Amino acid sequence: MDGVDALLGGLVARGGMNEAPPRPGAPSPALAGLALLLICQLAGELVARATGLPWPGPVLGLLLLLALLAAGLWRRPIGAACELLLAHLSLLFVPVGVGVITHLDAIARHGLALAVVLLLSTWIGLAVSAWVLKGLPEA
Amino acid sequence: MNELVDLWLYLSASPLFGLAATLGVYALAALASARLGQPPWANPVLWTVLLLAALLLASGTSYAAYFAGAQFIHVLLGPAVVALAWLLWQRRQALRRQALALGLAALAGGGAAAASAVLLARAFGLPADIVASLAPKSVTAPVAMGIAERIGGVPALAAVFAVLTGLIGAVTAPYLFDALRIHSPAARGFALGTASHGIGAARALQVHPEAGAHAGLAFALQALLAALLLPLAMRWL
Repeated sequence: MDGVDALLGGLVARGGMNEAPPRPGAPSPALAGLALLLICQLAGELVARATGLPWPGPVLGLLLLLALLAAGLWRRPIGAACELLLAHLSLLFVPVGVGVITHLDAIARHGLALAVVLLLSTWIGLAVSAWVLKGLPEA
Repeated sequence: MNELVDLWLYLSASPLFGLAATLGVYALAALASARLGQPPWANPVLWTVLLLAALLLASGTSYAAYFAGAQFIHVLLGPAVVALAWLLWQRRQALRRQALALGLAALAGGGAAAASAVLLARAFGLPADIVASLAPKSVTAPVAMGIAERIGGVPALAAVFAVLTGLIGAVTAPYLFDALRIHSPAARGFALGTASHGIGAARALQVHPEAGAHAGLAFALQALLAALLLPLAMRWL
């Protein structure tokens, strides 16, 4: 666990978030921030389950974290943990991506249609959002 | 020889294998991509997924055995979605200043991508669960899985479609924007984040800091808007 703590601390320090040197034995900001992110997600999951709202728990957690930031609470640890997670975001997609091997039959059966749908809808989304932003005046 | 086989059976059944393979192959792919000057086709996620899938198929390792280790990385997707709040918070001034333009671009782009995917998929006669798994494809994989689950899709398929959409955007968007004569880094970045979530945003960040900032904002905004609106919109679509 010490190794992980040192790694997180090192990454945070390099991120330019270092202020006063941490007290020996104090948890690194990123570790405390990660705990806050997990608590937000947990609260989001609980609210989603309890109320039957049609929204995923982590998204409700996102709104809760936004409220914490707006209220000025724990900005430094939250920032440290978020920077750390977002910097390595693409790695986190690998396990689900590899899951493609469990759906090879569905993909083989509808392969051509799926390729056309994915390509065209992605290009339509890209073009529409770029055009709207380009067409509207920047206030 | 038998000892080697026994050793492989032991290691491939332990969680250590999935975790080490995921981190190891990703680190190699990221290093290779950096060495090559980060061209769009050398996307580290794309090559890591392809190499790991080939490795599992060639060695006869089941996805379940791989996931026993990879889940320790996968579980971080939840807090990573929560962390998107940080991107929105950091860009709150741009968001407030251009609220109307950015909100409209995010809604129109995300809406056009989802609607065209659903309508095209229906036109091709794809089964309903696959259509529902395609609807949240422009949203980051963990949120797409949550949305798919709620609208009658298959979460694992939704995740695969989301990752593929991200890769298609990251690899082809530069050519599409050039063909459409969209040159502003802000518009290019925002469109990439809207239509191709985190994978597109990571690409935008490599190319231009302003494109990257807008992509990050668009990607967080899209996760929030799609998660809130798509389950409601699918009742009518």
